[in-house]
Amino acid sequence: MTTAPTELERPEVDEDVATDVPWITIVWNDPVNLMSYVTYVFMTYFHYSKEKAELLMWQVHNDGRAVVSAGSRDAMERDVAGMHSFGLWATLAKDDH
Amino acid sequence: MSVHGFKRTLTGRIVLRVDVVEKGLLTTLLEQLVEFVTPEGSGVEDPLVQLVGIDPEAELSDDPAMARLFPDAYHDDPEGAAQFRRFTERSLRDTKLAHAATALDSLRRSGEKVTLSEAEAGAWLGALNDLRLALGTRIGITEQSMAELADLPEEDPRSATFHVYDWLTFLQESLVRALMV
Repeated sequence: MTTAPTELERPEVDEDVATDVPWITIVWNDPVNLMSYVTYVFMTYFHYSKEKAELLMWQVHNDGRAVVSAGSRDAMERDVAGMHSFGLWATLAKDDH
Repeated sequence: MSVHGFKRTLTGRIVLRVDVVEKGLLTTLLEQLVEFVTPEGSGVEDPLVQLVGIDPEAELSDDPAMARLFPDAYHDDPEGAAQFRRFTERSLRDTKLAHAATALDSLRRSGEKVTLSEAEAGAWLGALNDLRLALGTRIGITEQSMAELADLPEEDPRSATFHVYDWLTFLQESLVRALMV
């Protein structure tokens, strides 16, 4: 005999429906990717200016991570896939701040 | 190893200069990369996988080098990461394969001077980065271990790999510079 887990009673709220909660793409520092290459990727993929791309690159390097874009979950999954295609280490997450 | 690397010529073309030994080494490395990123069992491929690019079998590899080339997209959400991987890993593998294949083609058609289109240069950039990620992970590159690896005695099996890695780093840096001109 088994009891139904109480979680089942919880009303289903699809978190993704809350469109006011944006998602973010995070790029993580790694010891292999070159600073110049990371800058180049931010300029090429996001069409950021060289200044903005370098600022984000330094943030990745010094802080270990940087938020490089924000938007819907779908858009962030596209950006993460884009970063992976360049070999950058990227994840997406819900922006809790 | 050569000090030429990639350069943008006055006419705007990107040129890689290599000697016979370097060309042989790059060819071998790129062929290994092709082998490395080719999906397992791709000989008997599920036609659905081929058609829509969804791979229900895709999962995070135990091999750190493979896991670095095909990382998880979510940190704290294994289910989300698995789902993302099923939908994207196949096309990521195809991209990496295409990069390596393009680089190999350009070497095969050339002598010691490899002239590249902008698209081919982009493919080289991706392939060089993948090689460095794979080799760097294999020998345990960290920001702290760089000096230690550079000073390894020649007998150490990591020494040869480190020197190849270091040369690829030089090549990639020269290519980024040429592309940013």
